[in-house]
Amino acid sequence: MIRFIILQNRQGKTRLAKYYVPLEDSEKHKVEYEVHRLVVNRDPKFTNFVEFRTHKVIYRRYAGLFFSLCVDMTDNELAYLECIHLFVEILDHFFSNVCELDLVFNFHKVYLILDEFILAGEIQETSKRAIIERMGELEKQE
Amino acid sequence: MSSQGGWGQSKDFLDLVKSIGEARSKAEEDRIILRELEALRRRIAEPDVPRRRMKEYITRLVYAEMLGHDASFGYIHAVKMTHDNALPLKRTGYLAVTLFLSEDHDLIILIVNTIQKDLRSDNYLVVCAALTAVCKLITEDTIPAVLPLVVDLLAHRKEAVRKKAVMALHRFYQRSPASVTHLLPNFRKTLCDNDPGVMGATLCPLFDLITADANSYKDLLVSFVRILKQVAERNLPKTYDYHQMPAPFILIKLLKILALLGSGDKQASEHIYNVLGDIIRKCEPSSNIYNAVLYECICCISSIYPNAKLLEAAAEATSKFLKSDSHNLKYMGIDTLGRLIKISPDIAEEHQLAVIDCLEDPDDTLKRKTFELLYKMTKSTNVEVIVDHTIDYMININDNHYKTEIASRCVELAEQFAPTNQWFIQTMNKVFEHGGDLVNVRVAHNLMRLIAQGFSEDEEGADSQLRSSAVDSYICILGDPKLPSLFLQVICWVLGEYGTVDGKYSASYIMGKLCDVTEAHLCDDTVKAYAISAIMKICAFEIAAGRKVEILPECQSLIHELSASHSTDLQQRAYELQALLCLDCRTVESVMPLDASCEVLEVDKNLSFLNDFIQESIEKGSSPYIPESERPGMSSVSNFRRQNEASSHMLRFEAYGLPKPSPAHLIPQVSVSTSTSNLVPVTEASYYRESSQASKVPSVTDASSADLGTKLRLDGVQRKWGWPTYSSSGQSSTSSTNGVSHVDGVSAQSRDTLYDSRRQQSEVSAEKQKLAASLFGASSGKTVKRATSTHRATKGNTGNAERMAVSTAINPETSTEKAAPPPDLLDLSDDAAPTSTPTADPFQHLQVLIGATPVDNTVKAVGLESPNLMAFYTDIPSGSRKTTSTIHSAVPSIKKAPLQNDETARRVCVNPTGNNPNLFRDLLG
Repeated sequence: MIRFIILQNRQGKTRLAKYYVPLEDSEKHKVEYEVHRLVVNRDPKFTNFVEFRTHKVIYRRYAGLFFSLCVDMTDNELAYLECIHLFVEILDHFFSNVCELDLVFNFHKVYLILDEFILAGEIQETSKRAIIERMGELEKQE
Repeated sequence: MSSQGGWGQSKDFLDLVKSIGEARSKAEEDRIILRELEALRRRIAEPDVPRRRMKEYITRLVYAEMLGHDASFGYIHAVKMTHDNALPLKRTGYLAVTLFLSEDHDLIILIVNTIQKDLRSDNYLVVCAALTAVCKLITEDTIPAVLPLVVDLLAHRKEAVRKKAVMALHRFYQRSPASVTHLLPNFRKTLCDNDPGVMGATLCPLFDLITADANSYKDLLVSFVRILKQVAERNLPKTYDYHQMPAPFILIKLLKILALLGSGDKQASEHIYNVLGDIIRKCEPSSNIYNAVLYECICCISSIYPNAKLLEAAAEATSKFLKSDSHNLKYMGIDTLGRLIKISPDIAEEHQLAVIDCLEDPDDTLKRKTFELLYKMTKSTNVEVIVDHTIDYMININDNHYKTEIASRCVELAEQFAPTNQWFIQTMNKVFEHGGDLVNVRVAHNLMRLIAQGFSEDEEGADSQLRSSAVDSYICILGDPKLPSLFLQVICWVLGEYGTVDGKYSASYIMGKLCDVTEAHLCDDTVKAYAISAIMKICAFEIAAGRKVEILPECQSLIHELSASHSTDLQQRAYELQALLCLDCRTVESVMPLDASCEVLEVDKNLSFLNDFIQESIEKGSSPYIPESERPGMSSVSNFRRQNEASSHMLRFEAYGLPKPSPAHLIPQVSVSTSTSNLVPVTEASYYRESSQASKVPSVTDASSADLGTKLRLDGVQRKWGWPTYSSSGQSSTSSTNGVSHVDGVSAQSRDTLYDSRRQQSEVSAEKQKLAASLFGASSGKTVKRATSTHRATKGNTGNAERMAVSTAINPETSTEKAAPPPDLLDLSDDAAPTSTPTADPFQHLQVLIGATPVDNTVKAVGLESPNLMAFYTDIPSGSRKTTSTIHSAVPSIKKAPLQNDETARRVCVNPTGNNPNLFRDLLG
């Protein structure tokens, strides 16, 4: 199960954070700080997995942005690594050539996309087209 | 699509985001946000804010909250926005509340009504929005309010709604399994949904359910295999493809489920073999996602009933992983190697150099994974290298949680495979020194138990050697001012118990050392308690041996200080010591017999010694005791109370004025809660096994076994503490410790030869090869054989079977011992032991050897004192086996251990002080 997903830039500014387990606010900030410290200085040659308390963080860097997923110890690391990539592909498709600024100014849309992709800590839909179509319908309502 | 401005946001908002982006420091960012929040607070409270404007305010609040500021003043507005009819506003409202509100927030109750309404909406997008909120906000208390609506949505015409409804039910199951148990068949239905998205979503709850109880879902195996085949043959819509792989995420989930269903089930596994082989054949490791699927296949292969061909394929894939340049793949390779090694231990040898590379890799994640692998492949031949490496690594870990784990791993390996006593003691010292107070309490208790019981039962000499080497090293180490409290407790205990046994150190020297310990650790009451008890033991041994005890002045002042301590426990110990010093030699000997920490305590659970007293009272006209359950009138009261609780416990969500009885779904819920307790039948089952066994054994009938019922109950009571009964655990541990002594000589020899042979080669990479050879060197087949023959390789499944065997073998003996009336206990053990049990109890040997067998009327006192270590007995099986579940189950028993000690110690020492003359007379005749 996914515990949380955090998007941070290299300075550690949170661009998006979604928690699927209840955490106190202070705890959330601590988590964000710790995750940033864990991933930011890792050699790009190293594994994309870091143990984090009793879980593990799967992260992937796209330009200046780190996508970090916290999952259970028994979960398939590579699969979640690809899950991050799928998410980025969806964003890329939606924003047509996504950049950090897109995410910054439209973070609420990113949340909506994320809600279509991951629900209650599990991947609910893996078809890119299904998600893009759903978002299209929502956009029409705006 | 331009990123700025194209989304209908005001300039204010864009400016805010921009200024945050340009902020140079955290302080500046905070200032901007605080100013923004102040402005929002004012504006949001203005009357008649246009709805669109309000939506933007809420979005800005979300932004502020995301950056770590408190925007709680706006929560209520977000809640209001969920009531809005326009979908975009409603969605924004839901988004905001799911991000703002924690699950116990008071405002949630205000949203429940809106959610109920929205779940009934005709617009499926509204329903989707509500379902997303349901997954986040609905808690155990509010589940009944939306449950029927969500269940109805499982049959909704739109697949998006069905999918989210499945996820919502899954969430409910996670939060409160009892509330949805009656709905579980619905998941079987949605598994057959036409839409692959819904089917894929259904796999999540099914995975959880099958993890909890695989047997109830075996019938689905065929369906899963069929789905897997269809997915692998690309029968799903193309949109699910990812990097040319057909629906990989669904594949992985299915493989996880199959691994559970096929685990240890040959018949089920045979269904899986074919399709697994197909997938592996099609997997060309060209992209990450292929490797992810391949990895999951290997996990599945190692979990289900082994198949030679598949294992071969898995081994091949593993070696590809390990040879890869990518760290990620190496990591996966190490992981799969660890899985396969359990099934075919030889596989590691091929990859030794790759493993060594990973061990020396600068990437900490990879390193940790490799240490985990080493832990799994430890044998008596390589234990020294592995444990030394692990301890070196442990020293530099900062993460406390991980350090604790590593420390307990070292200890476990050392206990299981230690080649010599010396090495074992030194390793434990190192672990305690570096691990500090992070080391688990269990570890300390285990260490004390091991020292007390010794490794071998054949040669008493080895045991006393172990003890004296422990004492030596502790005396040495005691000067270190930074010893962790837990370690000091062990040291005190060992010094008290064995400090003077071999005559190397005088009693006053040890007592002086113990006094120093208490002085150096003024605020640690537990250490003080251990120290004073140790002093008491030494005094007792001295008195019993007929020597005069000199109480050093610092010791005297310590006793003085402690008898005025704030801690009643310390006070009591001090007084007990003072009382003990006034007793005569024979009494002291029976109160505190030498080296009796391994004796079994007989607890008269039935309080049969009171029978005479009860008889007397009844004859005098008292009314006999009636158990609570049999009293007339009691049952109806408790029934009534239970009913009351059931009906009043839950919040009501249906409107008032509908005078119907409790809603229909409540009824199955109640019955379900009872059935869920059956989900964990382990303890129950083992209890029955045990008790039925006990009853089968024609228990040596004698006076005390007249009431068979109580005896059965007594078994059950002991069960709770650990697994086996006390005596059986003692036996199993001796057989396993026996194993160590067996292994000792051989492994030491082979190790020597190994080292010698290696010294001769002087190559450049000699270092690395040396390491590899010492890790993998000795042929594994041999060690495994030896291990099994000595009951050593008790890992995982075999442990269970063996435990059963041991307990069956032991049981008759147990019952005879138990059945025998107390005064005969020692006679029996002295006379009968050599004939009836040739393998013999180590304790009896101890007694014989020491020659300090207490005689005649002291029996009861021995029984009371001996169990100092009783609690550790219950630990033994868990200590010597590796399953994680055992560790969990061991925890409660450990907690009890000190309690038990205190209690017995108190009982022992209270009696002879004369405070309670009646009991005193009973004991000593």
